[in-house]
Amino acid sequence: MIEIKDLHKSYKMGSNSLHVLKGINFSVEEGELVAIMGSSGSGKSTLLNILGMLDEANSGEYTLDGVPIKDLNETKAAKYRNKFLGFVFQSFNLINYKNAMENVALPLYYQKMGRKERQEKALKYLGQVGLTEWATHLPNELSGGQKQRVAIARAMAAEPKVLLADEPTGALDSKTSYEVMDLIQKINDQGNTILVVTHEEDIAHMCKRIVHLKDGIIVKDEKVKQVRASEYV
Amino acid sequence: MFNRDRWKEILEVLTSNWFRTVLTAFGVFWGILILIILLAAGKGLENGIKADFGDIATNTMFMWTRSTTKSYQGLPKGRSFEFKIEDVQTLKDNIPHLRFISPRNRLGGFRGGSNVIRGLKTGAYNVYGDYPEIINQDPMTVTSGRFLNQNDIREKRKIAIIGSGVKNDLYEKDEEVLGTYIKIQGVNFMVVGTYKKNSNDGDGEEAQKEIFVPFTTFSQAFNRGNDVGWMAITAHDGHSISDLKERVINTVKAKRKVHPEDDRAIGYFDLYEQYNRVESLFGAMGFIAYFVGILVLLSGIIGVSNIMLIVVKERTKEIGIRRALGEDPWSIKKQILMESIFLTLISGMAGISFGALFIYAVNALLDANGPVDMFLNPSVSLGVVVGALVILVVSGLLAGFIPAQSAIKVRPIDALRTE
Repeated sequence: MIEIKDLHKSYKMGSNSLHVLKGINFSVEEGELVAIMGSSGSGKSTLLNILGMLDEANSGEYTLDGVPIKDLNETKAAKYRNKFLGFVFQSFNLINYKNAMENVALPLYYQKMGRKERQEKALKYLGQVGLTEWATHLPNELSGGQKQRVAIARAMAAEPKVLLADEPTGALDSKTSYEVMDLIQKINDQGNTILVVTHEEDIAHMCKRIVHLKDGIIVKDEKVKQVRASEYV
Repeated sequence: MFNRDRWKEILEVLTSNWFRTVLTAFGVFWGILILIILLAAGKGLENGIKADFGDIATNTMFMWTRSTTKSYQGLPKGRSFEFKIEDVQTLKDNIPHLRFISPRNRLGGFRGGSNVIRGLKTGAYNVYGDYPEIINQDPMTVTSGRFLNQNDIREKRKIAIIGSGVKNDLYEKDEEVLGTYIKIQGVNFMVVGTYKKNSNDGDGEEAQKEIFVPFTTFSQAFNRGNDVGWMAITAHDGHSISDLKERVINTVKAKRKVHPEDDRAIGYFDLYEQYNRVESLFGAMGFIAYFVGILVLLSGIIGVSNIMLIVVKERTKEIGIRRALGEDPWSIKKQILMESIFLTLISGMAGISFGALFIYAVNALLDANGPVDMFLNPSVSLGVVVGALVILVVSGLLAGFIPAQSAIKVRPIDALRTE
């Protein structure tokens, strides 16, 4: 599903440049649930942003679902993001003047789907994360866990190839974290490919594979025995 | 364009901070209001001044004699001379495109003594000897009876057409005027008609105190022989009298044996040139109104642009999220532009409506309090309103352009990092 070869990324900070990713080779098969771990500054978020086409690598190859991702202009990148990727952020990033259902329907709107169809689909995905009765509530009327579930529903609504989650539990207490991870595991059980960036050991061990990143290179890539989050809930 | 979700979002954004939106809108509202009022005031002044020209045919010149300043063909300088009645025919024969040539004579004048008597009443009036064509050059409404005609000229009838002012002076309120006699410098004339002139300037009253008698009768009764006091000459439409006046003057100079280079022997007044000068004055005034109005409007538009920049800044993160979810940058740009156009258009239309209301009120006030000198019926044409709307849409686009550009210039990754 994802193939990256010899990926380099550096940022210019005034006169010096900061080499963040120093040659990453990495591939993900369909249906995998991968945790990318590392301390802050290890380059894990940068890697995720490049995978998410929010950022561009300086060199290296990136293939997503057989499509080479290079020389993107913004319009094309937006189209690919909409078609291939779903994002879940640490700070939820819901649009606060739109209610839960409208937030979930947003990626579908960008696909120019009809209004009615869009709402039906949004309600279906809200139902899957157990928030049907919260559909008309604004984000500030929801708890953190609920917000993240709306965000996950939004990420799933466009039926992306890959779900990218950047510290999805970073702003949540452990009980809610496990609820969110439970949801992510269930989505993975349905055969969806998911990448989770985290720095928490217990969250990482709820995935099927852990990639350890340190100073811009992969130091360890291991398959682990998945801990089901439902055990904690 | 008529996308329900897009409009919903535009309204959500603009109503999220009412106070700011209203303040911003006020800038554009004020600009367009000033523009409309300036244009209307200019138009009012123009209407007023043009009404002062009255219905006078503007493509007209007046020409009179003075004494010569150069000797010519054995004639001395300083010689007084008069136009003769046959000069009219000479002009008609030699110069095409002249529509009316009216030779005129006059008795009385500014602050003249009493020259008209009826019974016990006397008055001082301008008495003109005229041809019937004069009514086309100095239009008046014949309110009763008739005006001069060719038979009056040919038969030298002693008849007179008097103005409403003369009638008020010399007659009782309900007295029959037609068929009565007035004595002009000792000669009896029968009144066969009354007239009224349309004019609203200071001469308005004076213009009603005139008496018209046939030119030929005038000449005979007041011993003018073949002399002509002055001429009113009107050119055909499409030919400017200003272009023809050189030839007219040269023709009479030759006829009256005046040195061709004697510029002071013949006096003239070119009404058309005067009218054009006024026209160009209003052209300049219109230009100033547009200039000032548009500058004021511009400051309003800069205000809109400024606010849109702030809105974009505030929404940087939201825009980042939307782009991460796959919104086309062009769609975001369109959104910002439409917000900007919508805001300018709504406030602009409010300004136009308010301006129209203001003009309506001024007109009502003018109507209620009677006419004001040199100011009449201020108004703006539909064309100006449509033009203003076009200016608004264009300026809305311009106001939104920089903010929209800056909205999509931020890379989504940076936009998302903004807290």
